[in-house]
Amino acid sequence: MTNHWVDIKNADLVLVMGGNAAEAHPCGFKWVVEAKASRKAKLVVVDPRFTRSAAVSDFYAPIRAGSDIAFLGGVIHYLLANDKIHHDYVKAFTNAAFLINEGFQFEDGLFSGYDAAKRKYDTATWQYQLDGQGFVKIDETLQSPNCVFQIMKRHYARYTPEVVSQVAGTPRADFLKICEMIAETAAPDRTMTICYALGWTQHTVGSQNIRTMAMIQLLLGNMGMAGGGVNALRGHANVQGITDQCLYSEVLPGYLSAPADADKTRAEYLAKRTPKPLRPNQMNFPQNFPKWHTSLMKAWYGNAATAENGFCYDWLPKKDAAYDVLALFERMHQGKMNGFVCQGFNPLASVSHKAKVSAGLAKLKYLVVIDPLATETAEFWKDYGEFNPADPAAIQTEVFRLPSTCFAEQDGSFTNSGRVIQWHWKAADGPGEAMSDVDIVAGLFARLRALYAKDGGAFPDPVLGLAWPYRIPQRPHPEEIAMEINGKALADVTDPKDPTKVLAKAGEQLAGFAQLRDDGSTASGNWIYCGMWSQAGNLTARRDPADLTGLGQTLNWGFAWPANRRILYNRASCDLAGKPWDPSRAVIKWDGAKWGGNDIPDMRPDAKPEEGVMPFIMNPEGVARLFAPERMVDGPLPEHYEPFETPLDGNPMHPNNPQAVSNPAARVYPGDLESFAKAKDFPYVATTYRLVEHFHFWTKHSLLNAITQPQQFVEIGEELAREKGIANGDRVRVRSTRGQLTAVAVVTKRLRALEVDGRKIHTVGMPIHWGFRGATHPGYITNTLTPFVGDANSQTPEFKAFLVNIEKA
Amino acid sequence: MAWQSLDIRRRSATTTPMPQVRESTEVAKLIDISQCIGCKACQVACMEWNDLRCEVGYCVGVYDNPPDLTAKAWTVMRFTELENDGRLEWLIRKDGCMHCQDPGCLKACPAPGAIVQYANGIVEFHQEHCIGCGYCLTGCPFNIPRLSDQDHKAYKCSLCSDRVAVGQVPACIKTCPTGALHFGSKEDMKEHAEQRIIDLKSRGFANAGLYDPPGVEGTHVMYVLQHADHPEWYAGLPQDPAISPLVEVWKGWTKPLAIGVMAAGVLASLIHYVMKGPNEISKETEKEVENETRPE
Amino acid sequence: MNVTRRQFLKVTAAGLGSSSLAMLGFSPQPALAEIRNFKLARTTETRNTCPYCSVSCGVLIYSLGDKSKNARAEIIHIEGDPDNPVNRGTLCPKGAGLLDMIHSASRLKHPEVREAGSSEWKRITWDDAFTRIAKHLKADRDAHFIKTNADGATVNRWNTTGFLASSAASNEAGYLTHKVLRGLGVVTLDTQARI
Repeated sequence: MTNHWVDIKNADLVLVMGGNAAEAHPCGFKWVVEAKASRKAKLVVVDPRFTRSAAVSDFYAPIRAGSDIAFLGGVIHYLLANDKIHHDYVKAFTNAAFLINEGFQFEDGLFSGYDAAKRKYDTATWQYQLDGQGFVKIDETLQSPNCVFQIMKRHYARYTPEVVSQVAGTPRADFLKICEMIAETAAPDRTMTICYALGWTQHTVGSQNIRTMAMIQLLLGNMGMAGGGVNALRGHANVQGITDQCLYSEVLPGYLSAPADADKTRAEYLAKRTPKPLRPNQMNFPQNFPKWHTSLMKAWYGNAATAENGFCYDWLPKKDAAYDVLALFERMHQGKMNGFVCQGFNPLASVSHKAKVSAGLAKLKYLVVIDPLATETAEFWKDYGEFNPADPAAIQTEVFRLPSTCFAEQDGSFTNSGRVIQWHWKAADGPGEAMSDVDIVAGLFARLRALYAKDGGAFPDPVLGLAWPYRIPQRPHPEEIAMEINGKALADVTDPKDPTKVLAKAGEQLAGFAQLRDDGSTASGNWIYCGMWSQAGNLTARRDPADLTGLGQTLNWGFAWPANRRILYNRASCDLAGKPWDPSRAVIKWDGAKWGGNDIPDMRPDAKPEEGVMPFIMNPEGVARLFAPERMVDGPLPEHYEPFETPLDGNPMHPNNPQAVSNPAARVYPGDLESFAKAKDFPYVATTYRLVEHFHFWTKHSLLNAITQPQQFVEIGEELAREKGIANGDRVRVRSTRGQLTAVAVVTKRLRALEVDGRKIHTVGMPIHWGFRGATHPGYITNTLTPFVGDANSQTPEFKAFLVNIEKA
Repeated sequence: MAWQSLDIRRRSATTTPMPQVRESTEVAKLIDISQCIGCKACQVACMEWNDLRCEVGYCVGVYDNPPDLTAKAWTVMRFTELENDGRLEWLIRKDGCMHCQDPGCLKACPAPGAIVQYANGIVEFHQEHCIGCGYCLTGCPFNIPRLSDQDHKAYKCSLCSDRVAVGQVPACIKTCPTGALHFGSKEDMKEHAEQRIIDLKSRGFANAGLYDPPGVEGTHVMYVLQHADHPEWYAGLPQDPAISPLVEVWKGWTKPLAIGVMAAGVLASLIHYVMKGPNEISKETEKEVENETRPE
Repeated sequence: MNVTRRQFLKVTAAGLGSSSLAMLGFSPQPALAEIRNFKLARTTETRNTCPYCSVSCGVLIYSLGDKSKNARAEIIHIEGDPDNPVNRGTLCPKGAGLLDMIHSASRLKHPEVREAGSSEWKRITWDDAFTRIAKHLKADRDAHFIKTNADGATVNRWNTTGFLASSAASNEAGYLTHKVLRGLGVVTLDTQARI
């Protein structure tokens, strides 16, 4: 979330789309209810299903799963065509006026630079036009045909209300009503917040779904505002924290891009990741990359990391290919993996195409599952009849199952969706011999390290040299680790403006990332968490609920990264002179000498407004990108593409270009493309989701939750039920090209047939919570049916839109 | 939360007058259906707090689970899909004991002290005195109490009197994620409801209103309804609930007569009690009576 | 009053037995009607965070046993932390049911192994588990570690053993896991957070 949970109460309009906050985040949803009750806010829900969020909405409109960009592109068109944008904001704080390379084109569904053989774009023509000093050229009149504003206007001119209705199936009148409601928040003193979740990410155009919304919020001037922002309502309790610790192949803690084969030396590596400012006077905060990276190397490799050896740069593994979860299982399926460890992760249930995952696991030599619960993954080899047919004798994988403690049985911190890090305390021991995740990792590492010390082996240096400063090596205390994540001074850290002034003495905990250095004099395991455990102690354990701001900021509750800032880009809540757009909800303001107010300013505190330092400090241009010259592999502007399994014959936006049916830059593995279903055999759109009574594949193990939602079901509309002769409560069989399952049918008015591109589209709704273990009745793993293809940028699988057929079982 | 008393104000089948002198605020639970997302947190919190775990049931084609109240499920969500004025509404009503001011269950109950009403308005069953006759089922105009198959005693929501006694709100109230549930003095709850009704009217629900039915002298569980003119749209919430005439007959004008003819039955009853334990109404009779007394 | 004769007779007949007994003093003398004991009276309260979604609701865990040397704490109840600014004491159905997750029949209690081709689990000690797994890891790393790529550039990676990290683990567990994995040269690393 750019903002945070309680801040939702400051909104005038809440849009729930690409998510179902009432069901997936009920306790956060209370702030939507609060906004309605105390601010007279309106709630709009756009979803293929009439959800429990819709049940308390002021307006609901249906949409076909997988057509969000068509809908949102239509909103952009509406805002531009009706001149409902926050002009001053757009002009000053976005790249609307920036000039793009004259070679940039969008034609018949493809952006310039497409290589069909590689399914990749060359982004050369998407770049800014630069002047002699390396600054972007701009046209303040916004009239140049090459400026972002005009390019965007042309691009979305095609997204008329008629086209939206044709592609998304949303009735035209409903769509226009929502556009009107959204457009009202273009006023400087009105804000809209958007609450989305996996309903946007789990598509092959997932990242672009979210970008489209970000563009709308920028056009309306809602970023940085209280009650505004783009708010990803994330999944697990610490999914944000684990994302921040970056347990991903491609990044190191704090989102530091990990080195790849091309980054041969530390100098090359740092140079590529340390941008120059693209406009004068901008903060260009990523210029500090070397400080963050060097401090990480000092935290990991301690005294072994020296300036002479490039702070152990060579010890870091270099990445040669994609190793995201789909790539991992693809490799496993190809027999390229020998071992696999699942820590609190149940991929047999939660990754798409169960048969492929299962076949991959069967090719492993060893599998280690660390979990508090008996997961399906740990028993992929076991025969559970129709739910998991298997022949154990034929599966040679050695499987270890290690019991871990759960939240109640350990100390530590979780980071919530609003980036607030909160400490928790152990209440009791775990059952039996269960051990904490920390102790299991440390225990395994201790064994490995001892083996390498004794017997040697392949490149033992980083194994033996890894800094391990914990009092009990096999059982590091979470407090020790939290202090390491924050970081400390290894030598006195002085003020660059006044070297006689010591900011942190050697050995002291650092107060924030501004104190990090690139000379090896500081260590910090994760720069964005720097400040969580300063000399003042564990700030994540702070429990002062007082809210002196009236906005719900509670600045002394826990610690929010970065720098305890609660609303990101909050400089944008003020006009160019530093005066809040809406004084009744002022986040910060310029008081004549410095920035301050109800939040930690997202701005250099002494940056005078006349200096023109723009609010989006993580971009070298200082402004937000309506047009993205980099970072998006599938286009600088979002465009509607069909799901890989589309119920239509093609992309109605580009009926004549077979390359532009589905995301042209999404990665598809050989064999998978051919396996995607065609609408003539599998005519119904399936979409998977969660129910409020359950959490993924966990709560089926909790009796109380099993009681409230005991058995697997699928939902279909009354019209489809009539066509298929299915009565409420009947058992039905649902098939995709990858497998089938049977479940109880819930026939409902809440799923209705939509008129799309001249035909009727039915949706089959599929809750995901069942499996062959637990207190609920055994069920099929829903991901038996889902396709093995992910978002072009994030590789998040397309769980939300695929094709099935259904019949009475 | 308002200060209140758990002095017993009324007690089933007891003629000794109950203490009336101490002042107490009357409490109420307010269920704002327009803010309810049907998440069932209240159901779970109720079972967790009260140490109840009912059977893991089945999906019967609706979201309602458990599908009905049981001796171990004291509150359930009832989901209704309603097409109204061309738009879909999903009305979700938390069902459970209404804690009537004039409780039909208590009136009907023949077991002394099995049902009590506290000065704060809470109606509670004390199962140790319950004889399992099932009259409370007949007496209840909302079809709430359930007889347990396990111990043949009647159970229903206690409004978490154990929590209320120490100044804590009932478990369902505390847990409610959206704040659709409120608890406090009945007066405060009515005032809060008024504000909610104004808000609902401003959002186009012209007939929004409070459900506090006079037929049972008002209830200590009230609903804010978007369509107060149609309570029956909410999974059959009674339009004008009243205590079954059977109970009124028994406790009203026939009582002297009944006592008069009682002697004849006493001997048989005594023998029955000594030989077989508490009286059990036959399921058949219960059903029959229920069917005949249920509003059309 | 709308009551049929048949109903009347049934009610009076069925009702007489018990209430008449009471009037004659045959009923078991009722104890003072009692409110159920407040079960948290002598519990220990521990502040924690719900492990489900990213609202990260504050919870209060109530355990019996005062954590004295001879008393093993037993969690008996969980409810929302009213101080937490986000959930303000509320919990959703998942959070409200946390007690049954902690005490789930599916909780694992001991390390186990399922040998290749076997159809059952076998209980082993932590020592066995760590030793066997460490041997597997080392054997695979030693056999497949890539020091340099085809161009001769130092790459120091190991990509034949993969790791999927939890999104439910604490920051501290996640960070330590990451540190160890990169230290070993693992690049085949991903997390639940992606999906």
